[in-house]
Amino acid sequence: MRPVSGLLPHLAVLPIVAPLLAGAALLLLRRQAAAARAISMLSLLLLLAMAVTLVGYTAGGATLSYALGNWPAPFGIATAVDRLTAMMLTVSSVMGIACQLAADGRASLRFPALLQFQLAGLNGAFLTADLFNLFVFFEVLLAASYALLLDLQSPARLRPGLHYVTVNLLGSSLFLIAAALFYGVAGTLNLADLDVRLQALPAADLELARIAGLLLLVVFAIKAAALPLGLWLPGTYGAAPAHVAALFAIMTKVGVYSIARVHGALFAAPTPGGPAGEPLAGLALPWLLPAGLATLLLGAAGALAARDLRVLVAWLVIGSAGTLLTALGLGSPAATAAAFYYLPHSTFAAGAAFLVVERIARARAAPAAPDEPHYLVSEAERVRDAAWVGALFFAAALAIAGLPPGSGFIGKALLLDAAAAAPARAWVFVIVLLGSLVTLVALARAASTVFWKPMARASASAETLAEAGPSGPAPIPGRGLTAATVLLLGGGLAMVVLARPLFDFLLRAAGALVGA
Amino acid sequence: MEVLLATGIGALTAAGIYLALRSRTFELVLGLTLISYAVNLFIFAMGRPVTGRAPILRDGLPPTLANYADPLPQALVLTAIVISFAMTAVLIVISLKLRAASGGDHVDGADGKRAGEDP
Repeated sequence: MRPVSGLLPHLAVLPIVAPLLAGAALLLLRRQAAAARAISMLSLLLLLAMAVTLVGYTAGGATLSYALGNWPAPFGIATAVDRLTAMMLTVSSVMGIACQLAADGRASLRFPALLQFQLAGLNGAFLTADLFNLFVFFEVLLAASYALLLDLQSPARLRPGLHYVTVNLLGSSLFLIAAALFYGVAGTLNLADLDVRLQALPAADLELARIAGLLLLVVFAIKAAALPLGLWLPGTYGAAPAHVAALFAIMTKVGVYSIARVHGALFAAPTPGGPAGEPLAGLALPWLLPAGLATLLLGAAGALAARDLRVLVAWLVIGSAGTLLTALGLGSPAATAAAFYYLPHSTFAAGAAFLVVERIARARAAPAAPDEPHYLVSEAERVRDAAWVGALFFAAALAIAGLPPGSGFIGKALLLDAAAAAPARAWVFVIVLLGSLVTLVALARAASTVFWKPMARASASAETLAEAGPSGPAPIPGRGLTAATVLLLGGGLAMVVLARPLFDFLLRAAGALVGA
Repeated sequence: MEVLLATGIGALTAAGIYLALRSRTFELVLGLTLISYAVNLFIFAMGRPVTGRAPILRDGLPPTLANYADPLPQALVLTAIVISFAMTAVLIVISLKLRAASGGDHVDGADGKRAGEDP
């Protein structure tokens, strides 16, 4: 390992500190919207620069760890950076930039500050090397998300907000129980230390460790919106304003990341032909695969049944979580790497879809207010700039449904390729492909309802056309929204262009995770 | 001591789960609070509480866990208390807002009717 010097070692903690400081400064600047937006964007660009530097640093296999206050390893608070962390930091900063771009006049004045706090929580969850701090950063990002969801104080958001907070408080309680159990049996909460001590656990404590591991799986499955635990998501994401919902697209991925990080490292699947492994090896796998497949199907079915465009996209987020959990459930490094490829793709695609839906709602002859449902079939009918908005929707739909040239196609191809050797391959192939087909049908139906039905009706009756024409209210400019959508779709496209080096990077990341 | 602690945690959890499953926001808040109390006690119990050991380092005693109470669970419990306290406050504010907006304290908005949904 080459010697690290200068600012570089501090990059393992700066992605938490920088947005915290920026957020605190932004709280003072609530009235100056333009200045706040500039500071927020500056902080986000700084985060992106740090994340890209870390990607470059970790690409060769180097890792970075940081002991806050210089307390020695198992006692103090530690953060660590490896390839996976560096990738997640990049994804979170890109999402932050897109959401800040999309937050225009309709966004709350507090949004920039809350966005920074949310990113501090997200980055902390990605960076921490300690189970208890994972809990703390979960709470930081959840607290920011409660405020983001309820910020405009619309009555329509209170009910999903209450449900969301309740579900997450129960999840936090379970997290604490699991963390305490781990501490009780192993005497440590540092993930690397825990991994070592779990292997040498006396047989009497094994069952406690198993309970703790599975409880933790329940907690992460709540965050990742896996089947029996994810039904809070459509109501919550469907009620959030577009730039917030786009940011929330990465929050389900935190659950998936945590499963990969914690269960992938502590309870790694035994390698075929390798040593027998620890007694709890592959603890989560028998649960992840069926839960993932069922979640995938439910997400597709929910998208087909949705009458509200935002709720439709929210169900697609559930479907993508199902795909990710399926890939993790396969347990092999290739499948895990496929999950790591699919993760940024689905984050970008879902974020873009939420923004496009907002663009559609604003382009309608009678735009829907942010807290009104964005119905597929709307009284407002005609969509202005249908060609341009439709093209954006088409591009986002291609990415989500997993059709070439979208990044979803490569992600699903990698997943199916990795599943080909697994015992459950028949289930995986049938359900992943069926889910893609149903998603495609749902998106095609939504597009034809939104874009073509009003057109056909308008040409049938001339009065409707005249009524919906120039007399309608002026459209709200959506330049920031469009820019953010293009940025996210461009991110997906970059993943297609760089697929080979990216997948190699992720394959090594997956290998290092299991080996650690 | 063990029996008392274990039954205490169990009773708090059971009461908390029962209340959290009820349909009024007040009972929900109470239930989540009781669950958080139970969790805090549980964390404390997982640090193997013992009596008669010093919490602060003393001269002459070697600094190992055989001689001292484990300080880490106490730090964890403090963090958990602060967080659950703050989150309970958030939940109460949301409940009050919901009551003001929907005219009822049902967790789904006003009784029967769901707030913010089409008829």
